[in-house]
Amino acid sequence: MADFFANYGSQMMRLIWEHLYISMIALGLGVIVAVPLGIGLTRTGKLATAVIGLASILQTVPSLALLALMIPLFGIGQVPAIIALFIYSLLPILRNTYTGMRGVNPALVDAARGMGMTEMQLIRKVELPQAAPVIMAGIRLSGTYVIAWAALASYIGAGGLGDFIFNGLNLYIPELIIGGTIPVTLLALLVDFGLGMVEKKVTPRNQVSG
Amino acid sequence: MIEFKNVSKIYGDGTKAVDDVSFTINEGEFVVLIGTSGSGKTTTMRMINRMIDSTSGEILIDGKNIKDENAVELRRRIGYVIQQTGLMPHMTVYENIVMVPKLLKWDKDKMRETAERLLKRVDMGNEFLDRYPQELSGGQQQRIGVIRALAANQDIILMDEPFGALDPITRDALQELVKHLQEEMGRTVVFVTHDMDEALKLADKIAIMSEGKVIQYDTPDNILAAPANEFVESFLGEDRLQQRSTMQTVDQVMVKTPITVTSDMTLAESIRVMRDRRVDTLFVTDMHHVLQGVVDFEGINKNRKKAETVSEIMSHVYYVKSGTLLSSVADKMLKRGYKNIPVVNEAGKLEGLVTRASLVDIVYDTIWGDDEEVESIPLETTQYQESE
Ligand SMILES: Nc1ncnc2c1ncn2[C@@H]1O[C@H](COP(=O)(O)OP(=O)(O)OP(=O)(O)O)[C@@H](O)[C@H]1O
Ligand SMILES: [Mg+2]
Repeated sequence: MADFFANYGSQMMRLIWEHLYISMIALGLGVIVAVPLGIGLTRTGKLATAVIGLASILQTVPSLALLALMIPLFGIGQVPAIIALFIYSLLPILRNTYTGMRGVNPALVDAARGMGMTEMQLIRKVELPQAAPVIMAGIRLSGTYVIAWAALASYIGAGGLGDFIFNGLNLYIPELIIGGTIPVTLLALLVDFGLGMVEKKVTPRNQVSG
Repeated sequence: MIEFKNVSKIYGDGTKAVDDVSFTINEGEFVVLIGTSGSGKTTTMRMINRMIDSTSGEILIDGKNIKDENAVELRRRIGYVIQQTGLMPHMTVYENIVMVPKLLKWDKDKMRETAERLLKRVDMGNEFLDRYPQELSGGQQQRIGVIRALAANQDIILMDEPFGALDPITRDALQELVKHLQEEMGRTVVFVTHDMDEALKLADKIAIMSEGKVIQYDTPDNILAAPANEFVESFLGEDRLQQRSTMQTVDQVMVKTPITVTSDMTLAESIRVMRDRRVDTLFVTDMHHVLQGVVDFEGINKNRKKAETVSEIMSHVYYVKSGTLLSSVADKMLKRGYKNIPVVNEAGKLEGLVTRASLVDIVYDTIWGDDEEVESIPLETTQYQESE
């Protein structure tokens, strides 16, 4: 154990950082794109089903295949990895944003509109606060997925804890496999916990159970 | 003034919800839309703030076609109360009350002052301001719903079955409150209900709707006196039509010369008036005889060191307009224990006073008055009538 840290400690810190960095950028982009898109979809009719259907299909592309597909398009390195992870993060956020917004009590929306809120005000002051926990749950789910899948990013040269795991597999060094897997798991748990806290925080009082 | 001119609404699926409706709501009027379920009441009401756009015809507010106006700005000028209260659960009571003022970018002090003042008007203290709607009772929630619709000085207020979900006692109290606020503040109210008692109690005018049409649009008294057709009659019900014949208004029984003082009178003078006239309550009016409030003996006695004139110590008084049905006033006196209720005219001038003694008249009339009739009718006929 001590040996492992002596040999690989500093490298591990770098990989953890890389791993987090790739994941969080992908997730951040996912939020930036999927939340507004999800909101926008609640304002359209049939388009919503089509777009969410498309996102679901993207989701079913095997992760390794999606990463491989990035190579001819964007080459290798962090950028294609981030793009692939970003695509993966979209669906849970998109779907939850859409259902969350659609699930807001229609009486609240009616009252807000009837009192003279513009569409933007309605979204910002009523629908988003009410849908926030559902949207956050989607972000949280995407967050843990992205952390887990980012381990594969090393396959296209993006670095991250996947480096340990793949090297360990290739060179038959079990310590490396474990040294990559445990931090990934811990990171995923940590992100899940952290975003879970945020989720609690944004839950409006009327939805707090108990 | 709100004018409906040949307004129709046909929904996308072909439902003709409102069918060529024309009527006018004058400023300061309390108009109740009533009718069976699906008769188009809500649709009619919601066309006023353009929550629903009419298919044909015109709706004018103060002479201007509302289609030419920005819908959002229009809605900010019109209060809106719905049955489910529509209070924002993630906002405090204060934030809920000032929703529209905030949209209108009022300054903070003005919003605070408005919220506190309105809360007081519905008998709720400032401690409620920081609570959340779900921490209030249903009745309290709807009070907030009502004052939220008044907060930005909207001169038109739309209410869609606002009290439908409340228990009868709470509903009764809120009906009274709304009627009072409306009269006091001179707002125009369009109120949807399917409860005829509620309509009769609140309305200056009632629009009876059926299948998207307005069947009759008139004052409650006129509708009771001359229902337009069988539908209206059946809607009113036998009971109410029979009651009509025995209905008296406060004007018929009120004391015409209640003892009054003007608001600038000193306490000492007032006490003297009380002693001379042998009363313990004085109604306070201004120079034009407009009712201001009431002072009673205890109030004067308690404050005789602190106050100079009656205007400083007078309290609000519950009053009714001339023309109010005696039965509703009697009801209030008995239920609320008012000793007497002043009657004012349209301009607020004190016209008279219904006292508890007036109730004796009603009781006398209903019990002994009927007996006289019975005596004058041969026995067989009476029995025949009863068995019918
Ligand atoms: N969005 C809509 N699309 C289609 N039809 C509608 C819509 N809203 C209302 N309707 C129909 O229009 C008619 C009038 O509806 P409205 O809601 O105005 O009735 P109402 O008098 O308020 O009834 P209630 O007392 O049940 O509230 C009904 O037949 C109703 O089914
Ligand atoms: Mg309705």
